[in-house]
Amino acid sequence: MARLAVLIGTRKGLFVLACDAQRRSWSLEGPHFLGQVVNHAVLDPRDGRTLLAAVRAGHLGPTVYRSEDFGGTWKEAQTPPAFRKALAGERGETVSHVFWLTPGHASQPGRWYAGTSPPGLFVSEDAGRSWKGVAGFNENPERIAWCGGLQDAPPDGATLHSLNVDPFDANHLYIGISAGGVFESRDAGATWTPLNAGVAADFLPDPDAPYGHDPHCVRVHPAARDVVYQQNHCGIYRLDRAANRWLRIGERMPREIGDIGFPLVLHPRDARALWVFPMDGGTVWPRVPIGGKPAAYGSRDAGESWKRLDTGLPPEQAWFTVKRQAMTHDTLDPVGLYFGTTSGEVWASFDEGERWECLRAHLPHVYSVETARVA
Amino acid sequence: MKVLLPTPLAEYTAHRREVEAEGATLADLLADLERRYPGIRFRVIDEQDAIRPHIKIFVNREQACAIAQALHPADEVLVVAALSGG
Repeated sequence: MARLAVLIGTRKGLFVLACDAQRRSWSLEGPHFLGQVVNHAVLDPRDGRTLLAAVRAGHLGPTVYRSEDFGGTWKEAQTPPAFRKALAGERGETVSHVFWLTPGHASQPGRWYAGTSPPGLFVSEDAGRSWKGVAGFNENPERIAWCGGLQDAPPDGATLHSLNVDPFDANHLYIGISAGGVFESRDAGATWTPLNAGVAADFLPDPDAPYGHDPHCVRVHPAARDVVYQQNHCGIYRLDRAANRWLRIGERMPREIGDIGFPLVLHPRDARALWVFPMDGGTVWPRVPIGGKPAAYGSRDAGESWKRLDTGLPPEQAWFTVKRQAMTHDTLDPVGLYFGTTSGEVWASFDEGERWECLRAHLPHVYSVETARVA
Repeated sequence: MKVLLPTPLAEYTAHRREVEAEGATLADLLADLERRYPGIRFRVIDEQDAIRPHIKIFVNREQACAIAQALHPADEVLVVAALSGG
């Protein structure tokens, strides 16, 4: 029977929380890659054993490591994600770090996608051993314009994130670019279309700009066809295809809380259930819990109404940030929710957000949290 | 020629800090290092053939600015992990 683990990518390495079948007893393993930034670590759900980690040391260039024994041993990719060599007179680009890893469609074993900073899209057909650029995006003449000339960027740099493969169509891909917006491809990455209608962008002069937006986290529902949600720099949205216009469901959040944040988590079976973790997006954008009182908010009706979920969390004076990759779920019943903080804590709820407990503190700044069902 | 490497690259060389490699230029030397220790080049040289921002390379204690620099068999190459924050 597959066992559950939580993969925690941090500023100083990768940690793994392993648990018993009841999710009562947790043990911490690691660190792997001590001292190196691990932006993302993901176990391949198609085989339950191939684990990829996006790693960058302070001094050294970015790379991807892979393990086939759940971190017992690691091998570096033979050809890590890298932009092509510039032609004479051309300005070359350099991958700063690999930010996001996504396994390919269930029908395409061995395929993985990677998103980088600056925004680049890469694909591997051999389970992460070698990577090549997706020309339809990386060589697209509109790419730099889509990305706002790369000036609009998070503190760690402009990035391509939220790589989603449509579970019902292997050729249908969604990506998020900060800043740039949401884009989709229906031909496995050969061509791309902006998908930002209805999304606010209060930092752009044109309220109906086709791109230049700042999605923080985009999730395609794994079980319900054509249901997409996003936590954006300017609100929480739902997109019901075949419509191409996002609906701002965050307007139903309490006014004193607002609808700014980074992560967004979907229930693995119920397309109307989701969770967010609001952050203070006022004044200079402190990016901390509103008033120092952290809380998740959950909706059971696709964003029509929201419930504050803070039982067990610090009641006051808690000023951490939960980053866009640092909140996730498991697939058990009831669903377990997990988030990591920039202050090195990992919190969990085993009743879909009703009560939270701190699984571990004193870790480094948490960049990403993913669950894994290890074969 | 003798090549001295910093600790962040130790995993590539079985923790040897001093190795031998050959080349008429730094580019050739790095290619030879890559043959001997796969993966090492990309961690210090980016895809545009530039020396990465927190890496410095010295030839006989003079800093090299580009990998086109010529080398001689008696040269000593020092790769340094420069200051990198926090």
